[in-house]
Order: sequence, then structure tokens, then C-alpha cells
Amino acid sequence: MAKHYEMWEKLGLDLEKHDQFLNPVPELFTEIFIKQDNRPEGMDYYDFVVGDIHGVRVKELVAEKDKGNPVISSFCAFVPDELIIAAGGASIGLCAGAQFPIPRAELELPNDICPLIKSSVGFKLERVCPYFEVSDFVVGETTCDGKKKAWEFLNEHISTYVMELPNTKSASGHQLWQSEIERFKLEIEERSGRKITTEKLAEAIKLVNKKRSVLERLYNTRKANPAPISGRDTLLITQLAFFDDPARFIEKTEKLCEELEARIANKQGVVNSEAPRILIAGTPMPLPSWKLHSIIESNGGVVVCEETCTGTRYFESKVAENGQNLAEQLVNLSERAMNINCACFTPNEARVDDILRLANEYNVDGVIYYNLQFCQTYNMEYNKVADALKKADIPVTQIESDFSENDSGQLNTRIQAFLEML
Amino acid sequence: MYSLGIDIGSVATKAVLFDGDIVDRVILPTGWSPRQAGKDAVIELLKKNGINQVNKIVVTGYGRIAVDFADKVVTEITCHGKGAYVLNNKVRTIIDIGGQDSKGININKHGKVIDFIMNDKCAAGTGKFLEVTINSLGEDITEIDELTRKAVAEKINSMCTVFAESEVVSLLAQGADKANIIMGIIDSIAARTVSLLNKINITDEVLFTGGLANSSQITNQLTKVLQKKVKTDTNSQFAGAIGAAIIGWEELQ
Repeated sequence: MAKHYEMWEKLGLDLEKHDQFLNPVPELFTEIFIKQDNRPEGMDYYDFVVGDIHGVRVKELVAEKDKGNPVISSFCAFVPDELIIAAGGASIGLCAGAQFPIPRAELELPNDICPLIKSSVGFKLERVCPYFEVSDFVVGETTCDGKKKAWEFLNEHISTYVMELPNTKSASGHQLWQSEIERFKLEIEERSGRKITTEKLAEAIKLVNKKRSVLERLYNTRKANPAPISGRDTLLITQLAFFDDPARFIEKTEKLCEELEARIANKQGVVNSEAPRILIAGTPMPLPSWKLHSIIESNGGVVVCEETCTGTRYFESKVAENGQNLAEQLVNLSERAMNINCACFTPNEARVDDILRLANEYNVDGVIYYNLQFCQTYNMEYNKVADALKKADIPVTQIESDFSENDSGQLNTRIQAFLEML
Repeated sequence: MYSLGIDIGSVATKAVLFDGDIVDRVILPTGWSPRQAGKDAVIELLKKNGINQVNKIVVTGYGRIAVDFADKVVTEITCHGKGAYVLNNKVRTIIDIGGQDSKGININKHGKVIDFIMNDKCAAGTGKFLEVTINSLGEDITEIDELTRKAVAEKINSMCTVFAESEVVSLLAQGADKANIIMGIIDSIAARTVSLLNKINITDEVLFTGGLANSSQITNQLTKVLQKKVKTDTNSQFAGAIGAAIIGWEELQ
């Protein structure tokens, strides 16, 4: 992995800790990704991005900043990238899927909270994430109690702007999110000194929709049996979608989709058609959280879809492109988010329908319901989802985990047994 | 033609020789090397029965990944399901408590696993819990039925093995009767197991497998808390190995 000490130092990273964090990545990546059989050639690009994960893209962002363009980071699929891009800026989804910075975060935060929150805060405290350091500010959202409180704490270390997400999809909920989108637009304009125009926003909406569409096209290829691409490769691509340059990402992913579609035409799969097909439903798996996919696939299963924020919830809902003026465009932006069926809403019946639909569309043999430890909302929705799946005769099991390797032995047995059951 | 099933648990290694019926079985302590224990079990079974080779070896249990001579590796969940079904084909729910984990398994009328639940990363309610607490009383795990024949349970509050151990010691210091403390430990295991089982369906006949099924007191206590007859079998501890042997046998057919 290339070293960019000069740039990292300028950004204020803790070089020694940063090395400790990054040094094991290539070996892990080789083990989980490179050693797979039958990998599509188009994965080269994503391998290259991971191979220089804190280099090439960070360099681009530093250059953007030098040009006076805003760099704004966030953690959630609800945050409208379009507004940031329309202001000529870059929108970055921060990594929060590593165990490494968690012990540091636990010095300041309680142990028994969501590992994603601990990881993201820990990345800032340890100064091992260049994306954090290159950001002008961070955008948080009120998706859960843990995050709400974490933003107060994070704001002491980096300017953190909070968007208030409604708890329901009621008319007043829609109105609230609309006003939050407007407020966010003004905030970006004020902080960047840029004006967001109808033309620029229309372009940005088109661009981000295109990114969502290419991810959808990629996911559609997994509906084929045998699946032309492994679950972990697709997860990796989705993870990288959060911070890669959108135009380049679209181009590379389109190319990969062409390859995969050709594979399907030749009935060529990454595994054979007997491999149990798994849908994962639940909480996000930000970089570099690959544990669950890796266990499922090393035991002979293949993950064909993720109903998660690093999966269908990220791209299924799109922004209507018919807005004629800013007011209409902002409403359209707001409506996209309100169409996402996240457990932060009550009620959230449509999520059950989503999971049943996806299980059907992707022709899955079983569902692994995954939630991060201490994630109350997703954990509590399990029973409802499980009942619906059982009624439809689709086997399901629940896995609660974090980013550590503590439970990999136990998970291995449980997942292996689940696959044997299918 | 023979198949051989080995269940390498954290405490005991069980092996079963099968030719369409159970030919013979052995059990040995796993010790520090699961791989050696698996090997020893094979050698002993072959020697005892005067055979040179078997046609299929299927390995299960926590030590299954440690051996290099398995034709097939299957999880203990599938194997216990299969084994229990062969011991009693009316069984639809299996409680398996071994050295370091406890499980509830549902099987259908063909003996296929349809649902299961397993304890989390903690030893509460497992053989380890029993072993640690009983040892702190200076007693042996094999004697618990005898010792608790007339006992009235002392309440053990802690589910955590480490805390329960110190709780046991302080109960002793307060003058509590040893037998009653042991009964309390048994109650605690049953309560923990039943709370785990609440997450699956408890239907039709319930069979108790794994090492702890050797204790009639634990079995009775499970029956009491579950309010449903929990059965055992003389081969309960071998259910995993039997299941493994059968999976091997089926592949030979």
C-alpha cells in the first residue's frame, strides 16, 4: 500500500497509529477478495481504489479544497449528496466499520452503544481517517438516540451539522424533512460562499440518480442464477460508492455491469447454481466491515442482495428529475429520503414488504437478518420480519454482531448450520 | 461397509461406528488437542472392532476444523438434529447442552433442521458453567444427581460463570448446604436454557442431548420449567456423533 506521509502529515493524521491501522489491510483484502475464484476482471478498478484507499481519492479531495470547493462528510443515506455536488463540492460517506478505533472511543463514550457510532467517533479521536481530516464539516442526522448524542460529542472535535430526521412519515414529517433540506442548502451556501442554482442542482440530481441506477443495474445482475459476482465484491463496490468520484464510479461500474451481463448470457457464475442464495437484511456495513459476507461465502453460500444502507436502501429510491425550480427540486430531494424504509421511522411496515419483495426478486434460499449490537430499532423489527418470512416459507436467522473478530468462531458455526439447513 | 462419525466437543470427544446400525461407540476427554482426540477416538474404535478402515469419516463439534482426516465437516446443529431423529423419530425439538454452548433445534418430520437457536458468546447455562461452579464446591460433576437427591435449591442470581462462582463461595461461607447450592446451580442452568428455547418452537417430543443430558436432575428440572416432558436417551451424549455417522452413511448409499 502506497505511503503518502507528506499529505497525511499535512492533514494532521497520527502517522504511527495510521500505519498500525492500514498495514494489516492488504493481507486481509487479499485473503477475502483477491483469492476468490472466477472474479470478474472489472473488479480491478475497485481493487486499485482499496489498494490506495487513503491516497488517490484523498489527493483529489485536497485538490478540490485548494480550488475552494467544499468537502462535506456524512454517515447516512438520507443526507442529500446532490446539494453538496450542486455547490461544486464533494460528498463523502465516512468509514465507520472498523474495530481499530473503538477502544479509543470507549474512553469517552459508553461501551454499550452501537459499534458504528463508536467506530466513527474513534476514527476522529485517533486521527487515522484522512477523509475526516480533509472535511470542512460533518453532517449528522437524528436517525437514532446514540447518533443524536454522538454528534454533540463529535462537534467538540470537528464542526458537525445535524439534520433533524422525522420519526414518522406523516404530513408533518414530510414537512419537517423538507424544511431540513432547505436549511441544509442555506448552510452549504453560507459555509462555501457558493450559490446553488436550479441548473447546477438539476445536473447534480441527474448525476447522483445515475450512480443509483448503475448500482441498481449491478444488483440486477445478481438476480441471475448462478450469480455472476460474489456478494463481497458487490458489497465492496457499494461501500466505495460512498466516497468515490461519482462520474468515474459510474463509468467503471457500467463497464463491470457489461462484463457481468455477458457472463449471465453465457450462464457463467462466480459460484455454481447449487450455492445457497442469501439475502442480508438489516444495518449498514461500512468499510471495512466484510465479516458477515466473508463467513457466508467461505461456507459455500452466496450473498445475492443486501437490504441495508450499504445496499438497496442506498440506491432504490431516486429523486424525481422533473423539478422546474429550486423549490420543486428541494421537495423532490426530500421525497426521495422519505421513500426509504428505515427502522428509524414508526411505523415501518413497508420494510417488511421490501424484504419479501427482494427475497422473491432475487430468488433467495434464506435470509440472514443482521443487526449491529445495541441497534434497538433494527433489532426490534426482527420479529415482524421473521414472522412474515416464515409465513412465506423463507428460512431466516438473526445475527447480532459488531466489527470485531471476537465472535467469528460462533458466527461460523451458526452460519454454516444455517446454510446446511437450506 | 462402515461410516464413522466423530463429535469433537470442548470437553469430550465422541465417536460412533456405523454400518446401517450403531456398531460401537467411544468417548474420551478432548484435552488440549482436539485433533489428537479425534485421531485417538478413530484408532480406538477401529482397534476395538478389529477393522482396518472405514469408508467415510464425518466430523462435527467445535473441534471439527482442527482435523485433517475428515471426508466431510458438518456443524453440530445438523448432526444433533439427525442423531436425535434416529434415536426417536417423534422428536421435533432438541435441547443440546455441551461443554461450551447450548442450543435449541427444531426438526421436521423428516429429521431436517428447520430452525435453531444458539447461546451467544457467553458460557452461562453450559457445561462449563456447571463444571466451574461444582468444582468450586470441591465436588465432581458426575456426582450431582446423587448429591442433590433431597436438596432444596438455593437461589443463584448470577448467570455469569465467574460471578456465579463467587456467589457459590459466599453462599458456602454463609453456611448454606452444599447440596442445596448444587441444586441452585441446576435450577440456574434450566432457567437459562428455557429462556434460550423460548426463541424457537417447542413442539411434540423434546429430546435432551449433549453431555449434560447424563444428569437426571437437570433433565427433571428442564421438564419442570418447560412444563413439557423432556426425554433423554442412553445415547444422548452421542447424538452428534451418531448424526455425523449417518450423514456419512447416507453419502455411501
